[in-house]
Amino acid sequence: MQAHIKFRVAKSKAAEIILIVLAFFVTAPLLFIIYYIFQKGIKVISWNFLTQLPKPVGEVGGGIVNALVGTGLIVLYASIMAIPIGILCGIYLSEHKSSKLAYFSRLCVDVLQGVPSIVIGIVVYFWIVKPLHTFSAISGSVALAIMMLPIIIKSTEETLKLLPASLKEAAIALAIPYHRVITKVLLPCGISGILSGIILSVARIAGETAPLLFTAFGNPYLNTSMLKPMQSLPLLIFNYATSPYDEWHDLAWGAALILLFTVLLLNIITKLTTRKWNVQL
Amino acid sequence: MEDLTIASKKAYNKKIGMEVLFTRTLIIVALLLIVLVLGIMTTLIIESIPSMKSLGFKFLWSKTWDPVNNIYGGYPFLLGTVLTSFIALAISIPFSFAIAVYLGEYNSKGWLSNLLKNIVELIAAVPSVIYGFWGLLVLVPIVRDFETKFNILPYGIGIFTASIILSIMIIPYAASMGRELIKMVPSNLKEGAYSLGATRFEVIKSVIFPYTKSGLFAGVLLSLGRALGETMAVTMVIGNTSLIPTSIFSPGNTMASVIANEFTEADHTLYLSALIELGLFLFCVTVVINIIGKFIINKFSNN
Repeated sequence: MQAHIKFRVAKSKAAEIILIVLAFFVTAPLLFIIYYIFQKGIKVISWNFLTQLPKPVGEVGGGIVNALVGTGLIVLYASIMAIPIGILCGIYLSEHKSSKLAYFSRLCVDVLQGVPSIVIGIVVYFWIVKPLHTFSAISGSVALAIMMLPIIIKSTEETLKLLPASLKEAAIALAIPYHRVITKVLLPCGISGILSGIILSVARIAGETAPLLFTAFGNPYLNTSMLKPMQSLPLLIFNYATSPYDEWHDLAWGAALILLFTVLLLNIITKLTTRKWNVQL
Repeated sequence: MEDLTIASKKAYNKKIGMEVLFTRTLIIVALLLIVLVLGIMTTLIIESIPSMKSLGFKFLWSKTWDPVNNIYGGYPFLLGTVLTSFIALAISIPFSFAIAVYLGEYNSKGWLSNLLKNIVELIAAVPSVIYGFWGLLVLVPIVRDFETKFNILPYGIGIFTASIILSIMIIPYAASMGRELIKMVPSNLKEGAYSLGATRFEVIKSVIFPYTKSGLFAGVLLSLGRALGETMAVTMVIGNTSLIPTSIFSPGNTMASVIANEFTEADHTLYLSALIELGLFLFCVTVVINIIGKFIINKFSNN
């Protein structure tokens, strides 16, 4: 009897130890990746790296200014398209919890969230690139905007649902029109939750490569026209990383460090703002 | 309304107008989302019609992919996708469950569990191209050494390497889902088991796991959905060959990676259309998996 109980306790202890080891082992690859990219990338980053164009193979130096500008512009235009639609849709879903339209709309948000990013690239290729007969930055923005939508919609919906009903009731009792109740009372109250959803969606898409392959396509020169092919950080990393040249690998490490740092920073910002709100994204 | 002056009547009408405009905009936007998803589906179907017509449904099972001779068969990519996803899933499940149980049951509060939770969530935040880059330049040489030691053809790149990268990337999905569910297990169930003299391991095994079984399965499904559609990291380390993989160490291709590699090179309709049909198939599979997963979770959290 005694031995049997001892065995059970020992088994429980052993399971606990194995579990803790497994759980904490997961942090190893992430820390290793961050450490490795930091170590490789920090050597490359300099003022020239940030302000010059890539040099041809064989020449040392060169920078990634075209990719930095490109990513900035593509993400900016994607945000301009996705934010209003996302917030409005989020409002609709939180205001109409059980209508038929809301049910199907919510289903579509779930579907959209699961669609592989490469498929969105294909579709946008046929919607925009083919009719215009050229790869263009704007088509990349559209693809990324589609990927931003579910995140913004979900965070807006969840944030608005968390607001106390008394807020809305008080506003309506004052005979304030419905649209002003939402734009002047509910949205300002939930703004930090909604904002963090937007930041999170930007963090998600800033590193997306697959939808840009057939849309923004990449460009070795600096381009600010949204109707022409444009370089972006993830595309540059993909192209240079898979090339056989060490100089280009160096550029890719530097770009990877900048991208990783930006994305992690944006994620940490959302973590800090959502902690106050307790929103599940 | 007699005492309303004309001016205030106008203002009143304007208010009503705004009101109508606002509610209509909301409805239009909600409709727009449905149109968007239907549009994605229709575009994929229309563009893959040429391939469906000339290749039929056996397309997915025919074994040769040779664009030069106009022969298209999706089997190598289907096999590649299934192999990478399921190997990745098998590697990741013990880790995700360990994290879920640790954060949900052993240590659900305090700085240490918060730290681990945030680190796990950051794993999902790292862009996939960075995983691919790291995999290509760090993991591939390691795998190559490993293969040399065991007398396997040392490609380095291949299905095994892709699976390892994928497994890291999908851990957070099942883990955070599992953690939420394990926290929802009613404490009277657990306390009942403890009061009968069960050890912690026995409580986890015979109370928590049976109670959260369906939800944990849904979490695994969501991870699988991610793994199936993942493109960049896989493309960079899988080797990109259209031959049927002979072992898990040989190079191959997944459906997503073949699209990424060959889409811009596809120079005639049938080639392009065959690639899109692969995309359509991928779309349908991930959509079904995600909807089933969400359905199970909704059912679970409503109970």
